Amino acid sequence: MNFTLNSILHFFVFIPLVGFLVSLLVKDGKEKTLSHVATATIGIQMLFGIPFVMYWLFSNHPNLNLKDITIYENEEYQFFIDFYFDKITAAYFLVGSTLSFMVVVYSRYYLHREQGYKRFFNTILFFYFGYTITVFSGNFETLFIGWEILGISSFLLIAFYRDRFLPVKNAIKVFSIYRIGDIGLLLAMWMSHYLWMENISFYKMNNYVLVSFHLEHHSWVGIFISIMILIAAAAKSAQLPFSSWLPRAMEGPTPSSAIFYGSLSVHMGVFLLLRTYTFWEHQFVVRVLIALLGFSTMIIASGISRVQSSIKSQIAYASIAQIGIIFIEVACGFELLALYHFAGNAFLRTYQLLVSPSVVSYLIREQFYNYSPHLKSLEDRFFFFFLRNTLYILCLKEWNLDAFMYETIWNPIKRLARKLTFLNEKNVYYFFVPTYMVALYLLYNKDLLHYKLKAYLPVTFAMIGFMMVMKSFAERKSIIYTWLLIVMSHFWIALAIGMNADFDYNQLYIYLSGIVVSGALGYGILKRVKFKEPEIDLSQFHGHVYEYPAKALLFLIACLGLTGFPITPTFIGEDLLYTHIHEDQFVLAFFVSMCFVVDGLSIIRVFARVFMGPHIKTYHEVAYKSS
Amino acid sequence: MSDSIRFFDEHHLIHELKHYLPAQAPLKDFIHHNSLHAFQKETFFEALKDASDTFGYRTYLNIKEYRQKYQSGRINPAVTERVIIENQGIEEKDIWLDRLLNKEYNENVEPKIGVLRSYWKTHFNIDLESFIQPKLFRIIGSYLDQGISIWDFPTSGKGFLASIRNLEKNSYSSFFDSKKAKELLEDESTGISLLLNMLVGDPTLFEQYIFDQQFAHQGWSGMVSTVEDFPQTLLIPKKISLKDFIIFELLLEIDTLEIRLNGKWKPLNEGVKVRPKPLFEKREITELDTVLSLWQKAFEWSFYDQVLAGIQLEKVKMPKIESKAFQAVFCIDDRECSIRRYIERFEPNAETYGTPGFFGVEFYFQPQGGKFYTKVCPAPMTPKYLIKEVGVRTKLETDITFSKKNQNFFSGWFVTQTIGFWTAFKLLINIFKPSMSPATASSLKHMDKNSTLIIENKNPEHKENDLQLGFNLEEMAFRVENVLRSIGLVKDFAPIVYMVGHGASSVNNPHYAAYDCGACSGRAGSVNARVFSNMANNTMVRSILKEKGIEIPADTQFVGAIRDTTRDEIVFFDVETLFKANQELHIKNEMTFAKTLDYNAKERSRRFDSINSKLSPAKIHEQILVRSVSLFEPRPELNHATNAMCIVGRRALSKGIFLDRRSFLNSYDYSIDPEGKYLLNILNAAAPVCGGINLEYYFSRVDNQKLGAGTKLPHNIMGLIGVANGIDGDLRPGLPSQMIEVHDPVRLLMVVEHFPELVADVIRRNPATFEWFANEWVVLVAVHPETRETFHFHNLEFHPYKTVNNDLPHVSNIDKLVESHEENFPVFLLDKI
Repeated sequence: MNFTLNSILHFFVFIPLVGFLVSLLVKDGKEKTLSHVATATIGIQMLFGIPFVMYWLFSNHPNLNLKDITIYENEEYQFFIDFYFDKITAAYFLVGSTLSFMVVVYSRYYLHREQGYKRFFNTILFFYFGYTITVFSGNFETLFIGWEILGISSFLLIAFYRDRFLPVKNAIKVFSIYRIGDIGLLLAMWMSHYLWMENISFYKMNNYVLVSFHLEHHSWVGIFISIMILIAAAAKSAQLPFSSWLPRAMEGPTPSSAIFYGSLSVHMGVFLLLRTYTFWEHQFVVRVLIALLGFSTMIIASGISRVQSSIKSQIAYASIAQIGIIFIEVACGFELLALYHFAGNAFLRTYQLLVSPSVVSYLIREQFYNYSPHLKSLEDRFFFFFLRNTLYILCLKEWNLDAFMYETIWNPIKRLARKLTFLNEKNVYYFFVPTYMVALYLLYNKDLLHYKLKAYLPVTFAMIGFMMVMKSFAERKSIIYTWLLIVMSHFWIALAIGMNADFDYNQLYIYLSGIVVSGALGYGILKRVKFKEPEIDLSQFHGHVYEYPAKALLFLIACLGLTGFPITPTFIGEDLLYTHIHEDQFVLAFFVSMCFVVDGLSIIRVFARVFMGPHIKTYHEVAYKSS
Repeated sequence: MSDSIRFFDEHHLIHELKHYLPAQAPLKDFIHHNSLHAFQKETFFEALKDASDTFGYRTYLNIKEYRQKYQSGRINPAVTERVIIENQGIEEKDIWLDRLLNKEYNENVEPKIGVLRSYWKTHFNIDLESFIQPKLFRIIGSYLDQGISIWDFPTSGKGFLASIRNLEKNSYSSFFDSKKAKELLEDESTGISLLLNMLVGDPTLFEQYIFDQQFAHQGWSGMVSTVEDFPQTLLIPKKISLKDFIIFELLLEIDTLEIRLNGKWKPLNEGVKVRPKPLFEKREITELDTVLSLWQKAFEWSFYDQVLAGIQLEKVKMPKIESKAFQAVFCIDDRECSIRRYIERFEPNAETYGTPGFFGVEFYFQPQGGKFYTKVCPAPMTPKYLIKEVGVRTKLETDITFSKKNQNFFSGWFVTQTIGFWTAFKLLINIFKPSMSPATASSLKHMDKNSTLIIENKNPEHKENDLQLGFNLEEMAFRVENVLRSIGLVKDFAPIVYMVGHGASSVNNPHYAAYDCGACSGRAGSVNARVFSNMANNTMVRSILKEKGIEIPADTQFVGAIRDTTRDEIVFFDVETLFKANQELHIKNEMTFAKTLDYNAKERSRRFDSINSKLSPAKIHEQILVRSVSLFEPRPELNHATNAMCIVGRRALSKGIFLDRRSFLNSYDYSIDPEGKYLLNILNAAAPVCGGINLEYYFSRVDNQKLGAGTKLPHNIMGLIGVANGIDGDLRPGLPSQMIEVHDPVRLLMVVEHFPELVADVIRRNPATFEWFANEWVVLVAVHPETRETFHFHNLEFHPYKTVNNDLPHVSNIDKLVESHEENFPVFLLDKI
């Protein structure tokens, strides 16, 4: 019987995928068709899913696992798609589908006549597809596919009003934080390959004996993996120190903010923790860490929420505080309570955000009848005024959380990169390209190298790659040069890994195939746009999507390909590369990971600077920079 | 310093700045006004050019849009030719027509505002705005907040800067990071010119710098300026001044420069060699300016000409009514245009009138239990009276999801796990079966239907906060007489005269006040309608009126009512006081109103995507009701969209033309006002009110990003006073795109039925009113009451106007017409009412 339940798991992913693809085919302007496709997709999913869940409940709710397609395989490595179903999946699936369904119906008229009606429904379905993959995923690799889709669709939803400054700026900001979460996940995957010697499925991770057997001799590995998971979870669920992205994500149409940032997206961190609970439940330190993080977030976010004078940011911080509590619940092992709490919080925040425009007439009216000038707030009663003022200012400044990421990570990188003056256009083309050729020759003739030198080369190459990415991230002028730097950095990384271990170099080609294709596509488009608009540089937004929507879309696809998004083999290649970094090579792992982080940011920056933001031409209505 | 005193006058700066900043009040007091009010001293087209040059607004449609309208016939070729000939002469007709239709122009605008301050970025490589604005908006937003935050800004009550100073002095943390800024803040003598000396250096550039700075976020600056001038617009008082706000921003600038540039910065004038162009320097008119203004005139007159032709061609005779069923007085609002047509259709024995919806009674209103007074008359008036409501039994409904307790962690923990699930259910219900809730802003909540109003003042000592409680008999009679004479209702009264105010209902709509009655300061007109009726029913008042020559028969009764423009519902007040005979008539009339409202709903529905206009009026009406309470409906109604004209005259003038709900209608009978005394009063109100509405729609339509609020879908509520995009955005004054998308940006055509010589004289009696017509922000046409010849007021005098249209299409079945399509209709002649 379980066999039959198992075998239909992939339909849950299949339905949203079909819905998404169909929605892409609908012509822009066909509002009715578009909204019907979206409603039908999620509706069918629920019609199919709810009886499934009922049946599953009556069959003693077993944990289901389906090992689906194996996409790549060699002697020591297997990349396969795996689906899983347990009560966590059930809860997330039901809440997610119910909310998505309601919001899609809601948006049908709400979005009427809005420019980008099609784009909105496409992105929502894409998001829903990513959500379902993540929720149903049975191993890290599958989860990571969904995770990446969630990230990119979030970026697109936040920057839905791509012709204004703030949505684009904030979309990049959120993306940069998601990117940190991604790397947490990548590193967790890297280390777990070594721990399990296979791509472990979540189903197997439930096996207590197996987990404790593996962790017995590798307790630090276990802690490393858990902390990486925690970083990924904290970033996605807006816990400290990442919290400030959540209110800033509320730039799209209210329904999309309500469902994604009010409820679904922001609870994915909790999901990740619940999903990996059996892995870290016996690591006491980790549990304490999670609970402490949740606790401090709860305190800080509550304070910030209390001083907010805008309705959406107030709801956002209140939600973060509740998620902090959920983290504590998860750490304590109250799985069911956490799931229940998640559902309640998701529903409440969605509703609150959806009715948030009503707050004016409601509160003004309430105030008109109930206002009393001498009401004291909680703080007035509990704190001495000096401390109270201090706290007030800190909360109003969001404890500097928003500036924190920039000041501790991104700005130092930029500053450092500006010092790399030898990495100018000329040197790159006339020095580094030939050097690469030599290095490539050595790669195939490794015996020519002294073994000591050989040990240092991987890190050196990875560093060169990283420097190129940094340079591209800080570059203000040439878009073409920036693009080439990014592409080249991937080649250096591939080289570094190739030097690091002896394996079938076809794996490197798998990795580079997507890079070459997307790199060439992006290069071509940038050349064309630059030819027509010679003024383009990277010092400001240009908003060229207004005139070149088709090019913008193609370029976005190129960008996705280059960031290792699961549309090219590069995605598998990325995972493959990591298998050739040994468990003790932290420096190499660090550089490669940083390379991926900054590279994603740099790519999205080029896309945003060229195609998004207020249009530099003013023959039509253009928004203020302050909006 | 002496230099700065010579070249820089702070008072002058603040005064100028306030003049140009947006003047929109907080949301609850949203009142339409001319977005370019600062330029009203100039002629309309001159102002369009100058405003665009200085501030970078788009002030016309794109040439492409005009050309499309020309191709589709919306712009009449014959009118276009005539406009070209009149403005450029007949010799150059073909040249200009070719330019209009075919020539390519560079339509980019390059504003002068912002250039000076952008030197920080170009010369010092620092983007001040990105660093300062989020902080500045957050602090000012929290300071002015009217009730969103749970923990309020600790104010000292002595003003914005004083509060900041106090807060900084008594805390371990600070809004500033540098010592320099902190010290400057502490020193109370720090003023604008001192700070500008540090930042800009050159006193001749000070004014321009502050203009650049404040117009980088005109939303918040405008709000600060408005609250400073009208502190009563906030329920929770906050002392603020634009000067404080500017000083604080200058301090933030110094702070940012200190930190980001490590103290290595100089005043702007030392880095900058090229002086920016002065902000208000005028330039010559270009060919593009002329092309745009010609297109705009052609667009406007294509419509005006139809209207004026209609007035001359319409043949519908005013029926001679023997026994009148009832008379109904509505607001001049364009949304009443169709209602009146349907009433006359379904009850040929009824007469309808229009007058500003506060019905000439100006006062503050205090509902029972209300902690504040609400002004219910046109915004510029300051009433001396207070009307109180008593005898209410119903209680205020509440909704727990709005409770601030949800945001705390312990109560939040409890609420999410209980109410949280309930909200999912509520949302489901609201999506599939929307209904009225405490979140709905409803026209009926303004006053309780069953309450009693204290209207008569028997003792002048009865006062509250300097406001007299109620009106005495003389004051009542004066107001009743004024209204009746101005609309020409002085004899032949029907047994029942309905005074119908209006209001709107909506949910999820921060701009709800804009949908209510503009003549009642953005409130529903229910109280005014009721107060007026009560006055006119007072026998003592009637005897005073009789002395003045207005005799209201004893069996005539006035009945106050409120019509909901969103829901097409009507509620009558105090019907139990009607005489028995009138009660029976009233029951019959109620059925007429019900039918009228169904048909009105049908006519409105042609613009709504969610409703099939081919259904029966009653079915459509049901759907309109659902629509008005749907959370997901950003267009509960279309408010004043498509408004284009105002008729001041007898009903006979417009009865035979179909105006597609585009006209304000003010009843006026020239024959009882030979000196134009009442006409002056009407124009004093109609020009700024209708003109203000019209121009706000105009500018929000042509530049929805800079002069409008953009799409409302991502709006976030800031402090209950304004809307912004996201959490870091500037306030967005003006109208959201959902309100203006179907609007045709044309100036208001004011048609006045009186002798042109007299009209020319009347408009000159009040300089403020005259400005509207002299500078042609409102286009004025006089209709000769005897011959119906038309005269256009242009270059300060009336010129005879001969219409291009000799005939207009006829329409006999409006019901079929409204089913045909959703776009604007041309003017039709009605075969019958």
